[in-house]
Amino acid sequence: MSDSHAVAEAGHAEHHGPEYLRHHFVSMDQQTETVSFGMWLFLLTEIMFFGGLFTAYLIYRNWYYPAFVAASHTLDIKLGAFNTLLLITSSFTMAMGVWCSETKKKTGLILSLVATLILGLGFLGIKTIEYSEKFEKHHVPGTTFDIKGFVHPSAEALAGGEKALAPDMAAKTEVYFSLYFAMTGMHAVHMIIGIALLCGMLWKATRGGYMNGHIAFVENFGLYWHFVDIVWIFLFPLLYLISRH
Amino acid sequence: MSTILSLPGPDGRVPKRNYITNENGLLSWLLTADHKRIAILYLISITFFFFIGGALAGLIRLELLTPQSDLMAADTYNKIFTMHGVVMIFLFLVPSVPATLGNFLIPIMIGAKDLAFPKINLLSWYLYLAGGAMTLGAMITGGVDTGWTFTTPMSTHFSNTNVITTGLAIFIAGFSSIFTGLNFIVTIHRMRAPGMTWFKLPLFVWANYAASILMVLGTPVLAITLVLVVLERTIGIGVFDPLKGGDPILFQHLFWFYSHPAVYIMILPGMGVISEVISTFSRKRVFGYTAVAFSSVAIAVFGFFVWAHHMFIMGVSNYAVLVFSLLTMLVAVPSAIKIFNWAFTLYKGSITFETPMLYAFGFMGLFTIGGLTGVFLGSSGTDIHLTETYFIVAHFHFVMVGGMLMAFLSGVHFWWPKMTGRMYPEKISQLAAVVTFIGFNFTFFPQFLVGMLGMPRRYAAYPQEYQVLNVFSTAGATILGVGYLLPMIYLVWSLKYGQVAGANPWQATGLEWQIQSPPLTENFTVTPIVTQDVYDYEWLERQKEHEVTHVG
Repeated sequence: MSDSHAVAEAGHAEHHGPEYLRHHFVSMDQQTETVSFGMWLFLLTEIMFFGGLFTAYLIYRNWYYPAFVAASHTLDIKLGAFNTLLLITSSFTMAMGVWCSETKKKTGLILSLVATLILGLGFLGIKTIEYSEKFEKHHVPGTTFDIKGFVHPSAEALAGGEKALAPDMAAKTEVYFSLYFAMTGMHAVHMIIGIALLCGMLWKATRGGYMNGHIAFVENFGLYWHFVDIVWIFLFPLLYLISRH
Repeated sequence: MSTILSLPGPDGRVPKRNYITNENGLLSWLLTADHKRIAILYLISITFFFFIGGALAGLIRLELLTPQSDLMAADTYNKIFTMHGVVMIFLFLVPSVPATLGNFLIPIMIGAKDLAFPKINLLSWYLYLAGGAMTLGAMITGGVDTGWTFTTPMSTHFSNTNVITTGLAIFIAGFSSIFTGLNFIVTIHRMRAPGMTWFKLPLFVWANYAASILMVLGTPVLAITLVLVVLERTIGIGVFDPLKGGDPILFQHLFWFYSHPAVYIMILPGMGVISEVISTFSRKRVFGYTAVAFSSVAIAVFGFFVWAHHMFIMGVSNYAVLVFSLLTMLVAVPSAIKIFNWAFTLYKGSITFETPMLYAFGFMGLFTIGGLTGVFLGSSGTDIHLTETYFIVAHFHFVMVGGMLMAFLSGVHFWWPKMTGRMYPEKISQLAAVVTFIGFNFTFFPQFLVGMLGMPRRYAAYPQEYQVLNVFSTAGATILGVGYLLPMIYLVWSLKYGQVAGANPWQATGLEWQIQSPPLTENFTVTPIVTQDVYDYEWLERQKEHEVTHVG
């Protein structure tokens, strides 16, 4: 805080908290509780944000069930599963990071954060591969969207149990892919924001940050990272897994 | 006329050290983390946008003076009413009371030194400014003509105006609102002074708490909806596009899931102001304090389950109409609880008629009319006739302008001495309150009639037979404009020439009146310990009697 609070702090000499106790809190307990409450509340707003998308998905899935099933079969379940694994592991390394900052292990914290960063970037890299595949198959909504593969599935797909869709139902796969890109895209945006914050945190950690017990940022970033992970835990079955043969 | 005013007299001085004089220079304001300074920054910026929105309203009324579309082309008119709605709702009404009075008062009222997250509070002001600047930019570079509701497929396919810029502007301004709400909830939960229990909180705090719940839970849904509209317009995803299998009704559901609760975001903090003002100027504890406190929360909860009443004629199922109609009636109950409890507070109170009280009376009357006409619109039968007519325009202007704006002005006058240390001039401000009330009724009452007769909203031209009522309305708008300009002028005047107010000009209870005006940056020199019940005017009176016997 800048000198705008010089007066407030002068009147505050009676508080003998650590120097990172902000002037408007009475005690460290109050500060910690307040900050984590704020973070949980923020995550609640995030749930509402994704909630709109999940609602749309559930409604359209009910309406256009065959199209959603057919479209979900075009996703690569192996890449999706691998990405899930990456994210869950990154949540673990992040939790390790929080633990290391609590127990003041500098090297441990840096290693955990680097691991989280790499796993997060790995997730985005695989997502990019998946996205580019959608471009090749003309499964990106918009002017280039093509339903040919759903009306006339390849012999290989037919052998795999795939059924041809009537053109009007096949057209609804565009709704599926709209939601696919909106949902995974919003998730990816959250990942990118997370990775940016992670880089800042890493930079500070290499300079000896978070070793004085003031680890609110690490803890709350941890909550955010787990939240983004949990969103994916819902996205993966909804988009990839259900109604597989 | 009797008054409760108690001023320090001619030798009174505004305290030298306060939050305004604590630091000087523009940067000390732009980088401040003090909730009181941020409140002032908000007050200046929302006033700016209020006058822009007001000027646009003036243009609308001027166009509607004559039946032909002669002042402007029809598509220009579309842009004008759209910008009027966007500016007034997202840039004035939503932040009006919470971001100014709420920001200033909530920490003081609960005995805290600041909001829980001072920097996020400042960030929220910058987000608001960014959203406002983008909206203005969109307006100057060609405007937007979808109406403030961004109705699809108009907004996604057919409009060739700045939908994307405006949508993103509201997305950004929405985050400012989310952060304000989040800050308030956390502050009220975690930062209360010792002894300040939930049922000793002033009702203003309760009302803002309820509004914050709506901001935090509703606004993200609007955010994602606008993102989808923008994506649909740019890359052509098909979530709302019927050609691709999407459904425009889904847009309506998502949009109104925020935008109906948003009217409670706007009105609830105003109701909080009215509770404080009525109690102070009738020298009584608010009748049924607990009921009024819970009715705020009840409005917030019910408010989330009534959104489809905006969609009765849009093809939702008849059963949904029945359910949402019933739920809409239910939300009238907590609102009525408030009105009746305020009326009982007045009963046998020692009422005085200072400006804040005049505005509060205006609020009670106009909000009641606005609320009851809402019942007409919530009943599916009458709604089919009245929806999309001027009846709806009149209904929500009674609630928003007659209700909310009156409450806002009431609050600004009531806490002006606290914020600035100086009194506003009483006589002329009473005149302004009366002028506003008269102008308001002249403007909007004829719109009920013309709507009943069937004049549709959002058209630049109308049949000849509606002209008389429209002329009334435009004439009233002129008076209303004067009513809004007057406070602007005399409040600025009072900053330098107003009488020195002293700490507690209204002899009110409440922590904010127990500290100097304007307050210190740190609000309290020692953390207060609250033992007094809220609104304990009987106790205050006894104290005074006690003083008199001692002096005499």
